[in-house]
Amino acid sequence: MTTDIDTFRAETRVWLEAHCPAAMRKPVKHEDDVCWGGRKFVFSCPEQKLWLDRMADKGWTVPEWPKAYGGGGLSREEVKVLAAEMRALKARSPLSSFGIWMLGPALLKYGSEAQKLEHLPRIARGEIRWCQGYSEPGAGSDLASLRTSALLDGDEFVVNGQKVWTSYADKADWIFCLVRTDPAAAKHLGISFLLFDMESPGVSTSPIRLISGASPFCQTFFDDVRVPAANLMGEAGKGWDIAKYLLTHEREMIGGMDGADMRSSVSQIAKKVLGETIDPLLRAEIVRHEIDAWAFLLTMERVKDEAKAGVGVGALSSMIKYYGTEINKQRMELLMSVNGSDGLVWERSDEGAGEDGDGDLARSWLRSRANSIEGGTSEVQLNIIAKRVLQLPGA
Amino acid sequence: MALVLNDDQRMIAQAADGFFADAAPVGEHRRLRDAKDAVGFSRDTWTAMAAMGFAGVLVPEAHGGAGLGVVEAGLVMEAMGRNLSAAPMLSTALLGAAALVKGGTPDQQAAHLPLMAAGTKLFALAADEAARHSPFRVETRAEPSGNGFRLTGVKPFVLDGAVADWLIVAARTEGEADSPQGITLFLVPAGAAGVSIQRRSMVDSRGAARVILEGVEVDGADMLGERGKGGRLLDAVLDIGRAGLAAEMLGVAGQSFAMTVDYLKNREQFGQKIGTFQALQHRAAHLFCELELARSATLKAMMALDEGDVRAPLFVSLAKAKAGDVAKLATNEAVQMHGGIGMTDDFDIGFYMKRARAAAETFGDSAFHGDRLAGMIGY
Repeated sequence: MTTDIDTFRAETRVWLEAHCPAAMRKPVKHEDDVCWGGRKFVFSCPEQKLWLDRMADKGWTVPEWPKAYGGGGLSREEVKVLAAEMRALKARSPLSSFGIWMLGPALLKYGSEAQKLEHLPRIARGEIRWCQGYSEPGAGSDLASLRTSALLDGDEFVVNGQKVWTSYADKADWIFCLVRTDPAAAKHLGISFLLFDMESPGVSTSPIRLISGASPFCQTFFDDVRVPAANLMGEAGKGWDIAKYLLTHEREMIGGMDGADMRSSVSQIAKKVLGETIDPLLRAEIVRHEIDAWAFLLTMERVKDEAKAGVGVGALSSMIKYYGTEINKQRMELLMSVNGSDGLVWERSDEGAGEDGDGDLARSWLRSRANSIEGGTSEVQLNIIAKRVLQLPGA
Repeated sequence: MALVLNDDQRMIAQAADGFFADAAPVGEHRRLRDAKDAVGFSRDTWTAMAAMGFAGVLVPEAHGGAGLGVVEAGLVMEAMGRNLSAAPMLSTALLGAAALVKGGTPDQQAAHLPLMAAGTKLFALAADEAARHSPFRVETRAEPSGNGFRLTGVKPFVLDGAVADWLIVAARTEGEADSPQGITLFLVPAGAAGVSIQRRSMVDSRGAARVILEGVEVDGADMLGERGKGGRLLDAVLDIGRAGLAAEMLGVAGQSFAMTVDYLKNREQFGQKIGTFQALQHRAAHLFCELELARSATLKAMMALDEGDVRAPLFVSLAKAKAGDVAKLATNEAVQMHGGIGMTDDFDIGFYMKRARAAAETFGDSAFHGDRLAGMIGY
């Protein structure tokens, strides 16, 4: 007997086989291979655009979102089948975006119907790229002390202030931004969640160069930026609730990304690089790391399965963020050790210079150090666990 | 298979918790220790555990058992860990039952399993000969003699060896010491001629024994599994025990953690609850994460064993290594955070630290299992 899900699987397989261009079945090697979408995005090849459009037409860039908002309207089981079939075909993700991972879930929960209809379909089609305006120079771990102000003037907010660590602000079209709408209210209660166009007059960005040499983050300045009052998401003064909800998604994403990366385990890489010559103490360190990495992956699996079954502790995103990022940092430290002086190479002028991979490891290592800082430091995650899960006094 | 307990399993966990909190709580463990009880556990408790289906949890229904799996056995072990309940669960209901179910002939199973499930006969695994776990380092000899064998050797550390009715002895019928090849398992009555048993109590007040075999006569019918192929059987039996120990350590670590968090909420110094200090909050929060990881690894191991997953030994080593390290960390931190009172015998937290150390050491610590795991993934 053929069940509905079997039919769906068979149809999905046929459709993917017919519609996923061959070029989109190759591994992602460069930043260019990732499709971020947006008004300023330059497709690296025609197939990248074709694949995005075909998937967006099906609603499969966001398969679990409702069809009315540009999604696929698939059940949880169907989403899993689609993901499995895409993996089997080695199909690339058609679209990566903060709109999908972060803003979308918050919009679905807190947005007005008009806001959902305006923004969600454009996120789904990759037409608008979003960035996140959270941290400020004086508001890092203590995010709720943010000072960027948005004061109502007629039917517009006037936004003034500065954000920092705005990922890809220079490439984004719109920003979802935490602003202080009520300077008189208590710290957490004066904050609102505002959506606006980065092309609005008064918005400017400047990239920040990191220790890895890359500049994925920007400083973003707002100078009398006028934003329609209708762009307020949720109620005024309730922005902190939305921010926390969204941070939950961000934390799971940051912790989870490392999980996916762990499939090429340190031990397997070490075996390839060093063979039998590894010294016993390094091997022991690697094995201990693998135990934790593996137990962490199983924990991600269990947390998901428990959520599905409606049991379990819940609210474990802080644990996932904390442990996942610490594990990933440890992994990068070990890979640097495994590669010895080869891992130190940044650029070279000898034969073979400019080949794939020059300096990648060192840059990835440096990048990984940010894992336990961005999206709430490890220490902040431990504070949250102490307070919410363990309910320790004064936490 | 989803990494989550089903409704029946959650009910068993609840029933086990209730049972041990009532019948064999920490206070009972203390009473047995203070009385220097020669048995080391209460026979009545074991009888009640048999009535609950715990003693026969792994015994097939046809032989009077509950016919359940390692997950269920682990839930019982976890509840025992939480309460530090003393009973021959590991030696008889896990190791003994696994040995007979996996290696026994129909006759052997029919003879032993019903008595095991009924709680009337106790078993002990006499395998290790070295102080650090090394399952294939077997020098005890089984030399052909008449229709059977004569066993000669020393087993210095046999859990529940002083109370067992039957010993499951690993002996070498052929092969080099340290080789998994050439090991054969035998069922030996504890009262057989040539068996001498010296009880030793351990740091956690549980009972073990030094078992000396001097020309003990066994016949072919006492052989468990195939001649010379006992290494593989032994490792499979040990894996059930290791998973059970991991589950027990979850209980030990979880309970000591709960007691510690409670203490942090109540103890006052410098005019405030010590739980307000971030130095302690962060260590407690970190421990919480570690416990969750140990739980995931242990559940995966137990499920893999029940599903007959070929990777089960890998997950068992992962679980035993992780749960062992976490149980030691959790109980060491518990004593430290309790401060002076944690060092006193009057207070229970020390019992948890002792049990965690013993369970972590038994059948391989994290170094042993890390190395075993690495070997299995070709590293």
